[in-house]
Amino acid sequence: MLKINYKEKINVNLLIYLAIIIVSSAILIYLDMNKFQYNYAISIIEKSLVYAVVALSMNIVTGFTGLFSLGQAGFMALGAYTTAILTIPVASRANVYYMNGILPVLENAVLPIPIALIIGGIVAAIFAALIGIPVLRLKSDYLAIATLGFSEIIRAVIASPMMDKITNGSYGLKSIPGFNSSLECFIYSLICIVIMILIINSSTGRDFKAIREDEIAARAVGIDLFKTKELSFVVSSFFTGVGGGLLAMFMRSIDSKTFQITLTYDILLIVVLGGIGSITGSIIGAFFVTAGKELLRFFDEPFAVAGVDIPLFRPGFRMVIFSILLMIVVLFFRKGLLGGNELTIRHLKKFRRKKNLDVAGGAV
Amino acid sequence: MNLFLQHALTGISVGGCYALIAIGYTLVYGILRLINFAHGDIFMVAGYFMIFSFAVMPFPVAIIVTLVATTVLGIMIEKFAYAPLRSAPRMSVMISAIGVSYLLQNLATYLFTALPKAYPAIPGLKKVITIGNISTSLVTILTPIITIVLVMILLWLVNKTKIGLSMRAVSRDYEAASLMGIKLNKTISFTFAVGSLLAAVGSILYFTDRMTVQPFSGALPGLKCFVAAVFGGIGSIPGALLGGFFIGVCETIIKAVGLSTFSDAFTFIVLIIMLLIRPTGLFGEKNIDKV
Repeated sequence: MLKINYKEKINVNLLIYLAIIIVSSAILIYLDMNKFQYNYAISIIEKSLVYAVVALSMNIVTGFTGLFSLGQAGFMALGAYTTAILTIPVASRANVYYMNGILPVLENAVLPIPIALIIGGIVAAIFAALIGIPVLRLKSDYLAIATLGFSEIIRAVIASPMMDKITNGSYGLKSIPGFNSSLECFIYSLICIVIMILIINSSTGRDFKAIREDEIAARAVGIDLFKTKELSFVVSSFFTGVGGGLLAMFMRSIDSKTFQITLTYDILLIVVLGGIGSITGSIIGAFFVTAGKELLRFFDEPFAVAGVDIPLFRPGFRMVIFSILLMIVVLFFRKGLLGGNELTIRHLKKFRRKKNLDVAGGAV
Repeated sequence: MNLFLQHALTGISVGGCYALIAIGYTLVYGILRLINFAHGDIFMVAGYFMIFSFAVMPFPVAIIVTLVATTVLGIMIEKFAYAPLRSAPRMSVMISAIGVSYLLQNLATYLFTALPKAYPAIPGLKKVITIGNISTSLVTILTPIITIVLVMILLWLVNKTKIGLSMRAVSRDYEAASLMGIKLNKTISFTFAVGSLLAAVGSILYFTDRMTVQPFSGALPGLKCFVAAVFGGIGSIPGALLGGFFIGVCETIIKAVGLSTFSDAFTFIVLIIMLLIRPTGLFGEKNIDKV
């Protein structure tokens, strides 16, 4: 390996990615045209796309910067509520806020969906910036607990009676406009994912990775630790907020119970399964987990062999199997599906040849 | 005044349960530097053990069965989920702990459904006692007493016995401890056993007062008790005791004032303030990072 033609390699990968995007959009257009037939598939795909955005945003802070943050659900809640409040059609507002009324300022505040999503992201990012100042000074597990705590505080405030006129308190919000087509969802998620990939591969992204590898060494080469950590946290939270907004559009109705700690755990599961610190891992993990949860649904149905009911099969069995799978991955496949590597053409070729090329690391 | 005393008593009682769970966190963190996310769920499963053993046996036996079963569960979790990851980075072990918590919750939902199950009333514990103008149940008074007695025993165990000595050695430096001939796995198992046992006692006292158990009833108390452990200084047993009482009393006061939506949020505010002012907690030792 004397010379690698980087330009050529990047172009090939880029072409492949473009091809994947075009093929997937074509498939989605086909599914959209036969909406009634493929309703179920469309909803799984949309959910996976939303989770891919959130998982990748968690990966920025956890996988690439090495800060174990468990605040995802809280930031998603901020994004989701902001998006919902700004997009619920004026006509149905009286109906949504039938218990407590709505704040007069918000009564007619309707924005186009993309702008509402961005504002949702900005709200989450602002909160992250404020939270980050005290919290990011903490080390690993303390950071995890503190972010988890903030996520719970955000949830408590959203559900509190004081916020009734804005968030509708514990009644939650409904009549949120959904996606017109799965293609729309695909485009939003794709934009988020592409921007995140560009950030990860930029010089800032390299600063993140330097901090993950060794904080002291990173400081020694002149990286401002606090600034960079804060930046990573804010960027991650922005996209988590946008992801929350997308989730609100997918679900059409939200309440504060949607954003419990379990939501964070679900996303963590995706990141761990896909491989901490792998972009493609997070995306594949999102589809794997979401589709897996749906495919395993038959475990929840009564199941009979030769007329005899097998007692194991009843509601809840699916989640047990899922948690056991998670434990197996954590214990035996510690690096997840992809480890810290990326799924690229070079890897696939290598895999096919089964040659032991001693190339350190992947094409991150 | 009466009302205040009444609330104070309730707070101290809840605090006692919290303290018992918080000790489990503190012990495990002291030795493995791991937040045992599953600890709250062990506490929840102990509740179910009690329900089912109580249905088929007389209550003194049921209590013993619950304590033993919970202890075994704690040891098994350590053996299966944490021991294989001893040399792995801390994040993996933590994710494993979250995984165990997830598994226990889902398993409980599957086996016992998500509906709350009635907790058995242990004869005598719910008897109403009147002191002056305050009337309360026996369990409310008994909880802090049992807690303090157990903490005294634990302190004796840690400070005066041989296994306590090895626990302290492992928590100080586990490589050096194992070089000195201390059996690492045995000590860690013992720590988990003690933690789970105390969680089981806490569970009996806590649920006797609450009267129902459901698969998620361990999650939030678990986190709160971790906060209690951090508040008192993680690794310190008297600290966990004090932290438990503090969180319990504050929470009861907040609920009594009528801000119950914020009672959970308050706990985390305490955590964040504490971590900023004094990251090592009230009784924690200062830890210096070396390059």
